[in-house]
Amino acid sequence: MTANSITLDRITDIDQQQTDRLDLRQPYIEFEGVNLVIDKESVLRDIKFKVPRNQITAIIGPSGSGKSSLLNTITRLTDMIPATHLQGKICIEGEDIVADSTDLLKLRRDIGMIFQKPTPFPFSIQKNFELPLKEIGIRGKKEIIERMEQALYDVGLLDELNGRFDKPAQSLSGGQQQRLCIARALCLKPKALIMDEPCSALDPHSTQTIEHLMLRLKERHTLLVVTHNLAQARRVSDYCGVLWKVENAGQLIEAAPTRVLFENPRHKLTRDYIYGLQG
Amino acid sequence: MCRTALPKNNRFETLEFFSTMAAFVPVAFFLVLFGQILVDGISGLSWDFLTQNPLDAGRQGGIASIVLSTAYILGICLIITIPFGLMLAIYLTLNENNTNGSLLFLRRSIMVLAGMPSIVVGLFGNAFFSISLGLGFSILSGGLTLACMVLPFFILVSEQALRSVPKHYYINAYALGLNQSSTLFKIALPLAIPGIGAALILSIGRALAETAALIFTAGYVTRTPESVLDSGRALSVHIFDLAMNVPGGNQNAFSTALVLIIFLILLSIATRFLGKSLVNRVGVV
Repeated sequence: MTANSITLDRITDIDQQQTDRLDLRQPYIEFEGVNLVIDKESVLRDIKFKVPRNQITAIIGPSGSGKSSLLNTITRLTDMIPATHLQGKICIEGEDIVADSTDLLKLRRDIGMIFQKPTPFPFSIQKNFELPLKEIGIRGKKEIIERMEQALYDVGLLDELNGRFDKPAQSLSGGQQQRLCIARALCLKPKALIMDEPCSALDPHSTQTIEHLMLRLKERHTLLVVTHNLAQARRVSDYCGVLWKVENAGQLIEAAPTRVLFENPRHKLTRDYIYGLQG
Repeated sequence: MCRTALPKNNRFETLEFFSTMAAFVPVAFFLVLFGQILVDGISGLSWDFLTQNPLDAGRQGGIASIVLSTAYILGICLIITIPFGLMLAIYLTLNENNTNGSLLFLRRSIMVLAGMPSIVVGLFGNAFFSISLGLGFSILSGGLTLACMVLPFFILVSEQALRSVPKHYYINAYALGLNQSSTLFKIALPLAIPGIGAALILSIGRALAETAALIFTAGYVTRTPESVLDSGRALSVHIFDLAMNVPGGNQNAFSTALVLIIFLILLSIATRFLGKSLVNRVGVV
C-alpha cells in the first residue's frame, strides 16, 4: 500500500496505518531540550520533539511562535544570524549537530530545505543544478544532466520543461519554481527534506501538486513541514507538533499522530487553535 | 472632511508645480553648459586637434600627448583601484553585520575619505608619493593619488552592489551546501557585476574630471610621456591651465573640454548598455 492512497474517508484504515508506521523509537531527527536565543531574546525554549523516519511531520502554530527558527536550527542556518545561541541537542540519526565539530556542508546536503518563497537562482535551469552538484565534486556534464533529469522527473517537471534546460529558471510559474527548488534539493540525494510553508505563496492548484509530491517523496525521504494551513497539515501529515509562544518563547506544547491531534487535542491551546480557526 | 480636503489638494498642486519646475533646473543647466561648450569648442575640433601635440603653451596644436598622459594616469589609477576596491568591497560585505570596533572604524574611514576634498588628496599625494617616496611630479604619483581619491568611492558603490544581492540567494546557497566562497564567487559576484560595472564607470568619470589632485602630483608638462616616471598633463589640468594661465588659450580650452565631455557622455551611455547586456548574460529576469 503506497502513501498516495491516504484519503480522508478511510479513517479507521489510516488510524491503523498510522499506529503501524509511526515509529518514534528511532526518529530521524530528535530535539532534546533545544533553546535558541537571538539577540538576548529567547525564541525557542526547551524543545523536545521527534521527527519519525519516512513520514510527513507537520509543525503548526501561530505566526511568531518560532516555527521557521525551529527548521533553521536543523541545518544550522541560524548560525548566519548574528548574536545567536543554540543550546541543547539536535540529533540526526543519533548524531548531535549542535556540536561545533559538525560538518555543516555535509549536514546541509543530507537535509534539503525548501523555503516559503520559491527562490531559484536567477540563472538557467541547468545552472541551478550545476552549482550545488559541482560543489559536491560532480563535474561530468553527463552525470549532472542525469541527476538533474532524475530530480526533475521526481517532481514531475521533466515533461513540462520539454528539454529546455537553458531557460531562465525565473521564467517558470510560481508553482513550477517551487518544484524546481524541490528538485534542486533532491539532486543532492538528501535523506530528509524540510519545508518552510512551501505552499503559502502558491495558488490552490500548485498547492495540490506539491502536496501530492510530498506524499510520493515520503517513500524515500523524511519530511518535515511548517505550515500555517491547518487543513494542509491534516491532509498530508502523519505526525504533528504544535508550537506556541508561551512566556515569550516558542515552546512545543503538543505532539501526536495527526489524526489523534486533530480529533482529540489534549492541550487547551491546541484545542482553541484548531477549533477556533475551523469554526 | 470636505473642508480639509480642498486646501490639502491645493497644497498638493502647488507642490506638484514647484517640483515640476525643479525638474527643469538640471536639464536647463546641462543644456546651457553643454551648449556653451559645444558652440565655443566645436570650431577648434578636428582630426589634427586630436593627433597633434600642443604648441605654444597649448594655444596652438592639439592634445595628443595630453590624451596619452590622461590614459596612462587613468590606467595606473584603475590597476590599483579595481583589485583593491573589489577585495575591500567583498570584505565589507562578508562582515556586513559585524559591529566590531575596528570594522566600524574602517567603514567610517572609507566614508570620510570618499568625501575628502580633492585638493587635500592632491596635497597628500604630493607630500607622500612625490616627495616622501621620491616619485616627483610623475604619471605614477598622479595615478596613485587619483587611486587614493577614487578608491573609497569605488568601494562604497561596489559594496552597495554586492549588498543589493537579495539575502535569500545566500540562504538558499548555504542551504544547498555551497560554501561561503562558492556562494560569493558563483552567485553573489555575477549578480553584482552590473552594479560593480556602474561603480567602475562612475569612478572613471570622477578620475577623468579630477584636476586639483593632479596638479600637485602628475604635473604640467605637455610633452609626450616616455615612461610612467615622466611628468604628464591630464585633460582636466590642460583645460585649467589654458583657461587660467594662458592668455589666448580659451579656444583650445573649450575644445579640450568638449572632448572630455563627449567622452564622459559616451561613458555614461556605455554604463547603461554594459549594465543591460551583463544583466542579460547572467540571466536576471
